[in-house]
Amino acid sequence: MRWKWQQLEEKIVQLFMLLSFALILFCLLLILYTIVAKGLPSLSWAMISQTPKGGFYLGKEGGILNAIIGSLYLALGGTLIALLFAFPLALLLNIYLSQSLWADLVRLSLDILWGIPSIVYGAFGFTVMIFLGWRASLLGGILTLALLEFPIMARAMDEVIRRLPPDLPRAAYALGSTNLETAFFVVTRQILPGLATAALLAFGRGIGDAASVLFTAGYTDRIPNSLFSPAASLPLAVFFQLGTPFPEVQQRAYSAALILTIIVLGISLSSRWLAHYLDRFSIH
Amino acid sequence: MPASHRSKLDRWVQRGFWIFSALPTLLALLILAALWIKSQPILLSHPLKTLLFGSAWKPQKGEFGFLPFISGTIWVTVVALVIAVPICILTALYLSEYTSARTQRLIKPLLDLLAAIPSVVYGVWGVLIIVPWVQNSLAPLLGRWGSILPILTTTNPTGYSVLAGGIVLAVMIAPFIVSIAYEVLQTIPFGLRQASLALGATRWQTIKYAVIPKASTGIFASIVLGCSRALGETMAVLMVVGNVPQIPRSIFDAAYPLPALIANNYGEMMSIPLYDAALMTASLLLLGMVLVLNIFSILALRHVLREKT
Amino acid sequence: MSEIIPHLETQNLNAYYGSTQALEDVSIVIPRNQITMIIGPSGCGKTTLLKCLNRFIELEENARIEGKVLLDGENIYSPSVDVTEVRKKSGLLAQRPYPLPMSIFDNVAYGIRIHRLHSRGQLHQAVQHYLQVAGLWEEVKDRLHAPASQLSIGQQQRLCLARGLAVEPEIILGDEPTSALDPISAQHIEKRLIELKQRYTIVLVSHILRQARRLADYVIFMYMGRVVEAGPAHQVFNNPQHERTRAYLSGEF
Repeated sequence: MRWKWQQLEEKIVQLFMLLSFALILFCLLLILYTIVAKGLPSLSWAMISQTPKGGFYLGKEGGILNAIIGSLYLALGGTLIALLFAFPLALLLNIYLSQSLWADLVRLSLDILWGIPSIVYGAFGFTVMIFLGWRASLLGGILTLALLEFPIMARAMDEVIRRLPPDLPRAAYALGSTNLETAFFVVTRQILPGLATAALLAFGRGIGDAASVLFTAGYTDRIPNSLFSPAASLPLAVFFQLGTPFPEVQQRAYSAALILTIIVLGISLSSRWLAHYLDRFSIH
Repeated sequence: MPASHRSKLDRWVQRGFWIFSALPTLLALLILAALWIKSQPILLSHPLKTLLFGSAWKPQKGEFGFLPFISGTIWVTVVALVIAVPICILTALYLSEYTSARTQRLIKPLLDLLAAIPSVVYGVWGVLIIVPWVQNSLAPLLGRWGSILPILTTTNPTGYSVLAGGIVLAVMIAPFIVSIAYEVLQTIPFGLRQASLALGATRWQTIKYAVIPKASTGIFASIVLGCSRALGETMAVLMVVGNVPQIPRSIFDAAYPLPALIANNYGEMMSIPLYDAALMTASLLLLGMVLVLNIFSILALRHVLREKT
Repeated sequence: MSEIIPHLETQNLNAYYGSTQALEDVSIVIPRNQITMIIGPSGCGKTTLLKCLNRFIELEENARIEGKVLLDGENIYSPSVDVTEVRKKSGLLAQRPYPLPMSIFDNVAYGIRIHRLHSRGQLHQAVQHYLQVAGLWEEVKDRLHAPASQLSIGQQQRLCLARGLAVEPEIILGDEPTSALDPISAQHIEKRLIELKQRYTIVLVSHILRQARRLADYVIFMYMGRVVEAGPAHQVFNNPQHERTRAYLSGEF
């Protein structure tokens, strides 16, 4: 009899596990399905090739090119600036202080920064901008996004570099390279796929984030023509259009969400592919 | 001698790097300091007790009680955890203990995909699917029990509620909890499982008595990390939670979490005295809650994940 | 020469990991109440063979087996057999001890509780008995409720022995059970095993020839996934029938 109960318990638990797993997969599929089904009907060439015309937010002509371009500017700028700090930090962290207590503290700080909510970055960025007398602008948005992306990128790159076979730097040292030369010429080449993945990961996070650019980049119907003019972004385009009472405008929020999803998932998939593709050139 | 040039450069960079590597720590402190300084006007003019435990929110009259927002944040987060934790832990156990390495390699990218979806897209999904579902199905179904369980009372006719926010948040934090809990489970030595199986234990008995006790710290840390993610999540929650500054009494009531407060009011914050300081205080409160949870879980996870190597 | 009474038997056993064959047509008998030692160079399949005897092979990724393993004449791989029953009949000593994350007492009581072998009142007595059999009782009787991880590695291995005996198996399987231990602890374990063969059938995998000479009553020599020679220890060690066995015993590989 007791065998029956134990086996029954095993089966019940397995069933619950399978159901939980299926539920998570179901949610993923449901989200993708909802966004595609709702966004596709009003997705048109005009949506992605025009800026909002007069009366756009009442349901008239126009598109969200301002938000697409704005988001690309913001995320690209943020990623480049984050890269400028994250890459040297991750590299030198491993070359100069790989296992020290100080390195532990740096990593802890990065992990903590990673966990800070983006709305807090937004509030912080806004505070600094007021202090400097800036208005909501492309530059403000870029810098705030750079703050948000920096820990993600630095930590991801750090992990990539740490997984490097220890023999490789040693071989370079044996050839008489200095630390710095080892870092930039030998190590970099080996970890290129990992670096690209890390940068794309941060870019994806940046382009999808709304809370940090809400205060700092502002919103405008024009395509920004200078670093100091405000910039629209896709997440905010979704948010604002969904907030209007007009069904036509809400429709466009759905298709803006679809465009955003396509971009982000495209980045996620291509980083996976890129890592796989470039990986062939490194030593295992 | 060119070699000495090169070595000199090397030493110079090494020295400069000490300062450079302090950047993350400095940045964290700077954020904390900036929010602290900007919150001073309100922290100095109002007693902490009325700020934290007062429920009157009338910025025009200079009354700032954060309790509705703090309780809104906690309600939504707790509901999200109640939904997400069992599902995520069971999923992580399933992946780690019952599927082959090949299946695991197929499933990891799907979790990454789920984690990559932007917050605002979750929000749209919540508005389109979850809010109507709560309004039309869950509220009538569970509301019947309202007289027995007050947290199920339905007085809010819309679906924009704590529950809608909690469900959307649960889906958002799921990939985090699953992948970290999975990683923790992978550090448990195979030999431990074998030791239990060799005694004729079933797989589930092995998990229950050998694997979970050994992994408990790490699993707990993964949940805490998910919790801190949930606390700070802004846009998706803001879009489905109703944003009414009240202390929720039921999961069907609307709530107004701290991040939503900050995001919704930035436009007016300069026009009302002390309003900007109040919003900065909200950011500071949020940051404080997140930091405490984060530091605990990061340190615990470090300890757990490092033991493996 | 004494008659061999088989306790375990394999018939035409083949095992594969993916496309590589780890065991090839292995047919052996394992005599009752004796110490059988499986010896051979590393990678010869001796651990795989051991894993086939308690169906642990099924836990390996991509592993697949053909053939039969008979325990008292019954095939343990037949679909009607409950795998937990099979594993309950054999205690396992792994290369290094893995105490379960619980107290010393609970470690020994674990199997007893799972299989409900003793009533609550007898539990303490049973735990004490098996700790005595494993030669650990005197050392731990004052701290039974301390975490098992606090024991030394040698003590942990004896705890694992007690834990395994507590489910009342018929067979003890050991995968180089002394290889992670210091010489004194290893001696302890060896001594216990010799005492235990009165009541249990013992199968050990070892790569230490001297240990095999000390302990073995029956020897199976394997090479490249095949059984080269099997027989009573004195016969295999003193008068090997195959060239390969002779070469291995004289230390040529």
